[in-house]
Amino acid sequence: MALKAKAVAALVSLLRTLLIIGLCYVILFPLFSKVSPAVMERRDLFDQTVRWIPRHPTLENFRVAFVNMSYGRAFLGSFVLSSSVSLLQLLVCTAVGYGFARFRFPGSGVLFWIAITTLVVPPQMMMLPLYLNFRYFNPLGLLPEPGINLMNTYWPFILLSLTGNGLRNGLFIFIMRQFFRGMPRELEDAAYVDGAGALKTFSAVMLPGAIPALVIVFLFSFVWQWNDYFYSGMLMSNSKILPVMLDKLAMATVGTDVEAHMHYVSLINNAGSLLFMAPLLVLYVFMQRYFVESIERTGLVG
Amino acid sequence: MKTIKRMWPKLSLERRRNLQGMLFTLPFVAGALVFFLRSFAQTVIYSFHDLRVGPSGFIMAFVRGDNYRHALLVDQTFIRTLVETTVRMVSDLPVIVAFSFFIAIVLNQKFKGRTLARVIFFLPVILAAEVVLRIERADYMTGLLETSENVGIMTGTGLLSFLTYLRFPDRAIQYIVLIVERIPDIVSASGIQILIFLAGLQSIPPSLYEAADVEGSTAWESFWMITLPMMTPLILTNVVYTVIDSFAAPYNQLPVLIKDTAFRGVGFGVSAAMAVVYTAVVIAMLLVITGVLSRWVFYQDS
Repeated sequence: MALKAKAVAALVSLLRTLLIIGLCYVILFPLFSKVSPAVMERRDLFDQTVRWIPRHPTLENFRVAFVNMSYGRAFLGSFVLSSSVSLLQLLVCTAVGYGFARFRFPGSGVLFWIAITTLVVPPQMMMLPLYLNFRYFNPLGLLPEPGINLMNTYWPFILLSLTGNGLRNGLFIFIMRQFFRGMPRELEDAAYVDGAGALKTFSAVMLPGAIPALVIVFLFSFVWQWNDYFYSGMLMSNSKILPVMLDKLAMATVGTDVEAHMHYVSLINNAGSLLFMAPLLVLYVFMQRYFVESIERTGLVG
Repeated sequence: MKTIKRMWPKLSLERRRNLQGMLFTLPFVAGALVFFLRSFAQTVIYSFHDLRVGPSGFIMAFVRGDNYRHALLVDQTFIRTLVETTVRMVSDLPVIVAFSFFIAIVLNQKFKGRTLARVIFFLPVILAAEVVLRIERADYMTGLLETSENVGIMTGTGLLSFLTYLRFPDRAIQYIVLIVERIPDIVSASGIQILIFLAGLQSIPPSLYEAADVEGSTAWESFWMITLPMMTPLILTNVVYTVIDSFAAPYNQLPVLIKDTAFRGVGFGVSAAMAVVYTAVVIAMLLVITGVLSRWVFYQDS
């Protein structure tokens, strides 16, 4: 009966809506639960009637967090770091991906597997040598012992990205390779017939067509670099970049008598966390289409 | 350079292509050699030495298998943490993959607010910063919020009292609460997997479903005969990704342990040994899991 079918469809629809709403709540809860403490004033802490919505909303916590995190400089630092790393990763991983996609040279198979392995191996395997290598940087032994100390500079990251070994580089190389593989060979053949060399073909023909994939690689790289604490914390623990400063903010009160006022500490920490996440949220709001459709656009599937 | 320029026209097309390919992938090769492979090998070497960092560089002393013995037998937390992490990874794996598969199917259907739902589901990927999560865990205010009655339904404590009130059998309550408490973690870890499955679902040609419909197949049958087989390669991809990702999760204590052992604990040597064991375990798990699953993957046309 048509009515029964309709009833079933309506029920399914209702269940689905409930499920989606429920899960969205679970996902958004951590975000909202930060906003509430972040805008609370100290007196609201002891006000029994206040649960979620503060009586006296204030931006004071943000101000405190801002100042103690040196947010201005830290933001700039993180921004510069993430942008430059992402840009370099983009250029290098794209070129490398193209190399793997269209050229069959001896050793290309092995090399590609090495690229994938960089994703699988936990960073702890590389942690110590990386630390030591950058602390006493001495390539090929050309410099006098004990080499230059590259800690707390952008150099380690620049060098890593420039050589296609940045954060999650294996993934980007893989994505670009898949993408280029999916492009019709006719394009390159036409370029060849027109007398273009490999480099020209790459820059004039392949790259423009790859712009969606390029944007995606850049965005993901930017976000992951921004959030990264493993490498930034190890190599730049005294620099003014956001993850480090946020960590310092949170740690600053441990062991002092401010800790006794853990309510207050919580307010500041939450404000700080929000300040940390805000730029990414803004980015996401504007570019969400790229993020969500990323898998389809890069042709990883199907 | 001159020799290359002179010889260039004489090289066969294949040779030229090979050289070009190598040129494109050169940055990565350099990087892999200098950073990845060298670091990997160095960590292995360190694991057999006692390493001390002095003011003028570092000094090593060969200690054979002592570090391994220390890490595996003497250290109290390593084996335990390793087992904990592995068990958790294995138990979360099917849940995350099944969950993302299910959600992807739901998000693939047409309903109002579908885009918004997708945007929200992907949010955790953007906002997953270790620093922020660390703060979240220890936070006082959010802890308070979670135990309040209204919110409590979503978390363990509220649900626990609710179910006890309803006189549910104890064991059942335990299981339910256990599952519910894991939901936020599962959901947060599923972002990319959902996208991958979603893209895969969208790449299944609708004509297949239409043909099945003409043949009189039910939705259930269509799912088992068309959807599931076509998605098996992606299931494998997602399993691999989830394994790697879960070892990088913030609640994974192992990286912290390894880092601490190096910088604040017994020494770099033991830390390196731990890292090697850890990596071996990860790779072993990956090989086993992919080996087992590959048998069931259905490839259309190689």
